[in-house]
Amino acid sequence: MIHNPQLNKNGELTHLLTIEGLPAEIIRNVLDTAESFVSVAEREVKKVPLLRGKSVFNLFFEPSTRTRTTFEIAAKRLSADVLNLNIGASSTSKGETLLDTVDNLSAMHADMFVVRHSQSGAPFLIARHVKPGIHVVNAGDGRHAHPTQGLLDMYTIRHYKRDFSQLTVAIIGDVLHSRVARSQIHALTTLGVPEVRVVGPKTLLPTGVENMGVHVHHDMTQGLKGVDVVIMLRLQNERMNGALLPTAQEYFKCYGLTQEKLALAKPDAIVMHPGPMNRGVEIDSAVADGTQSVILPQVTFGIAVRMAVMSILAGN
Amino acid sequence: MNANTNLDAEALLAHLTDALYPAVSADTALVGIYTGGVWLAERLHAALSLTQPLGTLDVSFYRDDYDAIGLHAQPKPSDIPFDVEGRHIILVDDVLYTGRTIRAAMNELFDYGRPASIQLAALVDRGGRELPVYAQYVGTTLTLPPDQLLALEKDASGQLQLSVQPWQRRG
Repeated sequence: MIHNPQLNKNGELTHLLTIEGLPAEIIRNVLDTAESFVSVAEREVKKVPLLRGKSVFNLFFEPSTRTRTTFEIAAKRLSADVLNLNIGASSTSKGETLLDTVDNLSAMHADMFVVRHSQSGAPFLIARHVKPGIHVVNAGDGRHAHPTQGLLDMYTIRHYKRDFSQLTVAIIGDVLHSRVARSQIHALTTLGVPEVRVVGPKTLLPTGVENMGVHVHHDMTQGLKGVDVVIMLRLQNERMNGALLPTAQEYFKCYGLTQEKLALAKPDAIVMHPGPMNRGVEIDSAVADGTQSVILPQVTFGIAVRMAVMSILAGN
Repeated sequence: MNANTNLDAEALLAHLTDALYPAVSADTALVGIYTGGVWLAERLHAALSLTQPLGTLDVSFYRDDYDAIGLHAQPKPSDIPFDVEGRHIILVDDVLYTGRTIRAAMNELFDYGRPASIQLAALVDRGGRELPVYAQYVGTTLTLPPDQLLALEKDASGQLQLSVQPWQRRG
């Protein structure tokens, strides 16, 4: 049996690097734990003392405000001390290697690293390298994985739909370049969602994506029929400059989510987006701000899910 | 002392209800501690016809053994549907032993506001306190050796039962 680098010798989660290969019980445990943290956010003192005295270092080698901010809020609500490593001003720009940076921070008694890096696999390298008792959370590595986003998306779906075993979920947009989509697909299939669809132009869907257990659609009207959950992915503007797409208007015509297209899904279908949104490119404002949109609750749930992940890891 | 002689949970609950009756008012709030304390608090809330809604507390995030044994496997959301500020609160738990659960519960309640007072109702006080914690209302007092666990169970018809099981304390 292949050893899962995320689990310690007792089979407990000690790093969160990718959803791929995680047992369904561990995923469900994160979702159950997150539910308790949602109620913490609704009271006066939005803090619990679990990670008091522990140091969480945010190592963001790729720029991010929103993800870094939600991890910081989550860690602070657990009473942890949070340190943000400002990569541009740090010794990395002076040529220090990734592992030397991690070693230096470990010598300052870091308990947890939250890592975002443009190279797929960087968090795995760090997890292999740190001493036992130091935990690594992948906040997004290259095109590979963004497990906390996948988990918060599962939490959102479970909140509104309750039973995964009856659902049809469509992930629409630039799956090729999306680590979020990959994490979502692994989570959905592990949790037993019977039909997962990816919808997009051929140029934006990975070759062989069917092997992940999904159905491929290039026609959005077909892909949306009878769907319970619609997940829209951001179209990155850079894709228009390469030869992958004609124009933003053309993309919106074929793959943008409008009220008319949303009507093809089930009447109680929910609309999700990991953010940030490009209004008028992949999603119409009327839909983004409409009654079926759960995009803002996703953000709230994201804090609770990250609190759950950090508190489960730090206790193992 | 033979621990089995006083273990009729329903009779102890009736005794506890009688003890609480003169102590409660329209403002009194009951807060049950998961899981046994919540079952008891639900029964007390109904039997005493309390008007304040019932509170429930899961102390998983306030325990003092997190570093030793990690996060509890199944935390449930705490729910305090009344204003804690200035409130007279009665905490309800099934078994009072070391007192650490009650310490955690009080710390958690204080994160909701500043109560006027907190009292404790416990079905069984089994001694063995490791902190200065005290129950004002008790079903019964008994002694058990540390390798035995006293647990409250609820059967399919809702009847409460106490049982003694062998136990290995963690952390």
